[in-house]
Amino acid sequence: MSLLDPQAVYALWLRDVKRFVRTPSQVAGTLVFPLMFLVFLGTGFSDAALPGIPAGVEYIQYLVPGIVGFTMLFGASFAGLAILGAQDTGFLKEILVAPVSRTSIVLGWIAGGATTALIQGSLVFLIAIPLGFRVANPLLLPVVAVVLLLLAVTFVGFGVALASQFSDTQGFGLLIQFIVFPIFFLSGALFPLSELPAVAQYLGRVNPLTYGVDALRGALVGASTYPLALDVLALGVSAAVMVAVGAWLFGRVESV
Amino acid sequence: MNAIRTTGLSKRYGETVAVDDLSVTVESGEVFGMLGPNGAGKSTLIGMLCTLSTPTDGEATVNGYDIRSERDAVRDSIGVVFQEPALDEELTAAENLAFHARMYGLSREERRERIGDLLDLVELADVADDPVGEYSGGMKRRLEIARGLIHEPEVLFLDEPTLGLDAQTRRATWRYIERMNDERGVTVVLTTHYMEEADHLCDRVAIVDDGNVIALDTPTTLKAQQGGDMLELGLEGDVVTLTARLEDTPWVESVTATDAGVQVALAGDRTRVPDVVRLADETGVTITAVEVHRPSLETVFLALTGNTIAEAAAEGKQ
Repeated sequence: MSLLDPQAVYALWLRDVKRFVRTPSQVAGTLVFPLMFLVFLGTGFSDAALPGIPAGVEYIQYLVPGIVGFTMLFGASFAGLAILGAQDTGFLKEILVAPVSRTSIVLGWIAGGATTALIQGSLVFLIAIPLGFRVANPLLLPVVAVVLLLLAVTFVGFGVALASQFSDTQGFGLLIQFIVFPIFFLSGALFPLSELPAVAQYLGRVNPLTYGVDALRGALVGASTYPLALDVLALGVSAAVMVAVGAWLFGRVESV
Repeated sequence: MNAIRTTGLSKRYGETVAVDDLSVTVESGEVFGMLGPNGAGKSTLIGMLCTLSTPTDGEATVNGYDIRSERDAVRDSIGVVFQEPALDEELTAAENLAFHARMYGLSREERRERIGDLLDLVELADVADDPVGEYSGGMKRRLEIARGLIHEPEVLFLDEPTLGLDAQTRRATWRYIERMNDERGVTVVLTTHYMEEADHLCDRVAIVDDGNVIALDTPTTLKAQQGGDMLELGLEGDVVTLTARLEDTPWVESVTATDAGVQVALAGDRTRVPDVVRLADETGVTITAVEVHRPSLETVFLALTGNTIAEAAAEGKQ
């Protein structure tokens, strides 16, 4: 056995994807929140002038990258819930007793969770187009894909790390709600962080979603707070850190 | 070579001792049973041998590999069927097996061939593409046993393999386990709190109570140590004379008076009901009731611990 076992990563990824495509209700369920934000905020604030939004950028243009980022966060964090679900059904034991490194297992989960989150994020984009969203520069779409991937990896890693510290789905589900929404509101997804108190602005600056949303705006709308390269770099670092933390914490899980 | 060898193996959770200084050896190719009440430490022991938890103390090897320093080699050598089902219910049987095969690094050819073979063996080929969530308890068990064998392990652990199954399914599951052992030569280590299961399946049985092995032998020997059959007779007439005559008979160990008649402990392994009836006839005593008690592993457990397995389990829960 080696540190990385591609076949095992593939097996875990395949399992996640199969489970995802076979439960359309789950796909729909994770899209309900983002779509409500998109439809109600997007239409309700369509003519509002929010301080901090660059002139000439419509609110819907500003909002869509934020909601896509939120979808990634929301979808990916629930990958952790899937791990606890596997623990509830006993399937986690089947995974843990296999001759596969813990790192491969974590990478398999991240690959699966990231894929399903990517599908969800892309669906939100597609739905945003009839609502009036326009891509400023289609040439930057590959950058968008990279950003989405890094966001997904970051938050799935986060979900795995958290899940390894929990033993039941209920407590975890609750905690996720308490963590997901602050991350969301402190990311500049709905409104510019510049109007928030200084403390909140600092928190926003260590929030990976801030850079994710900013990068998406930079690539899609052409208006961003930070340079695109800085955003991508920050996301790359957060993704690497989260994978490492997830693998380390999960490696210490002994018995189930 | 020994399939499993433990030396002074212990597992403690705080103050609770789940496995206490356990030293046992399981030989290659045998069906080894651990019989004991729930809470006796059987599952904890299996957990350690499967590398899912670390011993507090002591050593153990599985297939010659150390469970602490050679975890991956141990994981490669074993198949496990856990007490609780550990299947992905949203996937089909074939997909569950394919997942397992990939986790164990089988090639595509091996995977296809073995999945087909094993599904045939456990008679699930017809429903291979149905989601496992639609399976009955017995079908799930069979699938899990098949899964435990895909990577051709040296040792197959079965933790309460027939828990919660009806009598008919239990017997069928026994047949599969026997077949795996006969045809593939895999060493089987199973835990159970069902007497008949240990008796029927196992070459050797370890009786486990409170984290200790208190007896270890073939079921036949364990039962023989408890003596022969016990006859419970309801009698009417000259019981005293019959008692005296029975006591003079070489195949009678002892005779005890009861409310309704006598209890006769027999020596040897034959049930002497016709002889007893003849003796009673000759003495002019009428037999109103006959009950034959054969020593079972339950008797063995009772004699060794002073408790029945059910009582021991109830005590363990307190």
